[in-house]
Amino acid sequence: MKPAPFRYAQVEHLEQALELLAEYGDRAKVLAGGQSLVPMMNMRLARPDVLVDINRIEALEYLTVQDGMLVTGALTRQRALERSPEVRAACPLLAQAIRYVGHPQIRNRGTVGGSIAHADPAAELPGVLLALGGQVRVRSVRGERVVPAADLFVSYFTTSLAPDELLVAVEWPIWPGRVGSAFHEVARREGDFALVGVAAQVALTDDRVSRVGLAFVGVGGRPEPGEGAAASLLGQEPTPTLLAQAAAAAAERLTPDSDLHASAEYRRDVARVLAERALAEAVARAKEGGDA
Amino acid sequence: MSMATSRVVPDASPRPITLTVNGKIYTAVAEPRKTLLDFLRQDLGLTGTRMGCEHGVCGACTVLLEGRAVRSCLLFAVQVEGAELLTIEGLAEGDRLHPIQQAFWEEHGLQCGYCTAGFIMSVYELLSTTPNPSDEQIYETLGGNICRCTGYQDIVRAVKRAAQLMRGEG
Repeated sequence: MKPAPFRYAQVEHLEQALELLAEYGDRAKVLAGGQSLVPMMNMRLARPDVLVDINRIEALEYLTVQDGMLVTGALTRQRALERSPEVRAACPLLAQAIRYVGHPQIRNRGTVGGSIAHADPAAELPGVLLALGGQVRVRSVRGERVVPAADLFVSYFTTSLAPDELLVAVEWPIWPGRVGSAFHEVARREGDFALVGVAAQVALTDDRVSRVGLAFVGVGGRPEPGEGAAASLLGQEPTPTLLAQAAAAAAERLTPDSDLHASAEYRRDVARVLAERALAEAVARAKEGGDA
Repeated sequence: MSMATSRVVPDASPRPITLTVNGKIYTAVAEPRKTLLDFLRQDLGLTGTRMGCEHGVCGACTVLLEGRAVRSCLLFAVQVEGAELLTIEGLAEGDRLHPIQQAFWEEHGLQCGYCTAGFIMSVYELLSTTPNPSDEQIYETLGGNICRCTGYQDIVRAVKRAAQLMRGEG
């Protein structure tokens, strides 16, 4: 299993990458961490004509808090997110979820931008971005635009990015107030792709739910939001009964696939159970005065 | 395009690639599509690093890149031009085994030995940052490497023994 020949371009500046993407469009693929792309190339499931290696664009590797957002440059390694006290403080849900992403060796190279742009339907970070109501910043020779998570993930391994666009930053909203979060996942083995995963975040005002973020991964071609169903919690005291009902309503709307690893019924049932657990844990953490 | 940046031309042709491996500088010619794993084994003759799955799940190909454990099957040699690598060949000093190797031997942390180099490199990174790892930290590190023979218990014991040796607690 060796990759097909490709033309290789290593760039050091963002402009160089954008020029190449403008010239080669969908004949090119961006190489960042490579932890998802290179396996596909090794198995010849992906055969880009041109590979644009962006790993030396230093300007894309940063982590900062700004205007109520945790902003992570696209090249921020997952390992850095995992170990960052800023991430733990600003976006505990992200810190909780990152531990489920592959294994430490994967996280040493894998990047936050790559995980989002690759859009594996079972990937954890897209689910977190959707639950938090985050967005990505995207550049091309035509300019820059911001894409909210809700408009980003289209289908299996497909985002709404144009072939000449490069994801340059991922922006994770920091929720103010008494906030708690939890990420739960079922997989065959630790580190495997999620069969089903749930990201949940709850804000409380005077012991009543003032905001809910809920997203499922592994339940179809893309992460699915659960807030519509969880809206039943707004303004209420989050009792176990209400949480169970919200979780059930959210899971009922899902249309997961059946495949070799799990049936649709199993995924829907697990989604309901994990949602209930994650919501309950998020509420408990919010009551404790927020996550550490 | 500003004066500072020049146009990059994508190129598929073989080119010389220079790396520092285990403190020694090597140069060989390879196509961009040659993985670091194949480059180490075929072009540099460093066959201690093994090939398992070639898609990043088994860990047999693990090497250290700038001190971090990575899958060499998921890197192209051309990407790491100029980098510093540590492979299994770089651990022993002559006939003196590195404490991690010593511990694997003492605790029978291997049978066929095929996965062992990959495990040792993962453990090397763990112990370089965490001299007294908890069970959870050990399991998390080892979770990225697969072993068909041992059932892992002796590998875990080997890691603990290695940590002990490296802390000077002989």
